[in-house]
Amino acid sequence: MLAAMAARPTLDLPDPGDVTTLDAAASDTPPAPPAPPEQLAPSRSDAELRAWLHGLPGVDQVGAERRAAMLGTRSIKTTAKAYALDLAISMVDLTTLEGQDTPGKVRALAAKAQRPDPTDRSCPRTAAVCVYGDLVGVAREAVGDSGVQVAAVATAFPSGRASLEVKLADTRDAVAAGADEIDMVIDRGAFLTGRYGLVHEQIMAVKDACRRPDGTSAHLKVILETGELATLDAVRRASVLAIDAGADFIKTSTGKVQPAATLPVTLVMLQAVRDHRERTGVMVGVKPAGGIRTSKDALKHLVMVHEVAGPDWLDPAWFRFGASTLLNDLLMQRMRLRTGRYTGSDDVTLD
Amino acid sequence: MSEQTTRIDVRKTYKLYVGGAFPRSESARSYEVHGADGGFLANASLASRKDARDAVVAARKAFGGWSTRTAYNRGQVVYRIAEVLEGRRAQFEAELRQAQGVDAAQAAASVDAAVDRLVWYAGWADKLAQVVGNANPVAGPYFNVSVPEPTGVVAAIAPTDPLLGLVSVVAPLIVTGNACVVVASEEHPLPAITLGEVMATSDLPGGVVNVLTGRRAELGPPLASHLDVDGLDLAGVSDPALATELEVLAAENLKRVRRPAPAERPEDLLAEPPLERMTTFVETKTVWHPRGL
Repeated sequence: MLAAMAARPTLDLPDPGDVTTLDAAASDTPPAPPAPPEQLAPSRSDAELRAWLHGLPGVDQVGAERRAAMLGTRSIKTTAKAYALDLAISMVDLTTLEGQDTPGKVRALAAKAQRPDPTDRSCPRTAAVCVYGDLVGVAREAVGDSGVQVAAVATAFPSGRASLEVKLADTRDAVAAGADEIDMVIDRGAFLTGRYGLVHEQIMAVKDACRRPDGTSAHLKVILETGELATLDAVRRASVLAIDAGADFIKTSTGKVQPAATLPVTLVMLQAVRDHRERTGVMVGVKPAGGIRTSKDALKHLVMVHEVAGPDWLDPAWFRFGASTLLNDLLMQRMRLRTGRYTGSDDVTLD
Repeated sequence: MSEQTTRIDVRKTYKLYVGGAFPRSESARSYEVHGADGGFLANASLASRKDARDAVVAARKAFGGWSTRTAYNRGQVVYRIAEVLEGRRAQFEAELRQAQGVDAAQAAASVDAAVDRLVWYAGWADKLAQVVGNANPVAGPYFNVSVPEPTGVVAAIAPTDPLLGLVSVVAPLIVTGNACVVVASEEHPLPAITLGEVMATSDLPGGVVNVLTGRRAELGPPLASHLDVDGLDLAGVSDPALATELEVLAAENLKRVRRPAPAERPEDLLAEPPLERMTTFVETKTVWHPRGL
């Protein structure tokens, strides 16, 4: 293990910060992440990508779990908590992805996204509503010009098992219907069998399909579905691959597979976007989704964003929570801070 | 064996009973519990307002399933608690003697009374609706029926009496279908946690009864002001100022409040309990149904 790591080619890059802390457990001379083979290459071959991705420093799983657990013990109280709760609410992508979704439900969700707590005008709105592609029109109409974005899942969500033409048509439909953001899934089957070139190509193709006729482009979030990637090494590779292919956001999960977003997974993805900015100056967002249900979980994530990626990411433009029930818990905590009384499920909407 | 070996004491850690599990206090605090003779008995968890909050969440989660069980089944479960309590009576007698300094006969009488009280309430499970419900005569071709329904999550402050006091507040709450969070006797918390062990092994779903040990004055206000708590039983609050404070807090969301008995006429726990113990925490639901013509 040590010999293998030492033998890796290393580049003279600035101190990669947290990677040092993590990998220090495994090696005295931390390998810096190798640069991609060539910047701005239109497409990459399997072999080229494999050589690059497998040359990335391995993730020390025990170290990552420990660091995530340690950051989770931070105590956030009073004014800091009030700030963090408001920030978390403004980062929520309020999501409904059920087979039983109806236009009525999407309208209700959009109303909630614009005014999460109708009893308190100081409560921030959420970042977006996230719906299936066929309901984008309804959501678009419901949010209007309130500033709440409309995100649509596309590319044969959640499995991603369809031909590229179908995926692209799915994406174009959603963009044409008015989606501001597209949440695509990667082909995990291809990724796990090492066909990185195919995954890369598909992300680039979908990114291209996100273009609107007026030259602007819908934001592309790439769902890695980390619950199916098994190891943190694979999560790091998938993150780097998605970022290289042009993702504006990398997102942990569809929410349909367990485990979904866990702290160590988000940690590795945050390291990936931080390293990418150090190397290229380009910022990419991160969106953990699925399994974040309590305010406490959300605050733990925010602490980690601050400590791993940096305060620049503490902004709805760069960090989002994909969640449905989380918002209610955030609102209940907010009411508790404001009134001093604990509240219950009777004080928030059921959705 | 000729030589004497000394065995190290295996001491029980008294924790809370929340959501069917036995967690320590979130605050990691504990307080010393002393027996009637002043000797040290054990450290009990000193629950905080966050434990109270967690307990309410557990109770709310359990309420749906428990309240929709048939009254007959709830009676069976409460009877089962009596059976298991009877089976562990030696342990309870020993704990009561240590805690209260009573003699063997008094301790046995106390456990007898607690078991009998559970059996008495178990019998009420499917009969309360017959006594306080009604088929109302109305001026139209309708059946009009009033039935008692559980109110929801009830917080209770148990009386000082460690076993009978606790059983007397918990049994009427759960037999009618409520879920409860009960603050055990501050002075004698240990038998309450042992009773938690009994309930955990009596087919009672986790979270229907949650037992906290700690200070009444600390746990009372967060429970009384909690908007997800629907009722408040102040049986064990002997300080009139605290009782008033809690009642004021409970008014915010119109909790049903059962006031403590006045100091000059303390409640006789051994007497047959009044039906009002059950009826305070039920709501009358009236339904209209067309009569077939």
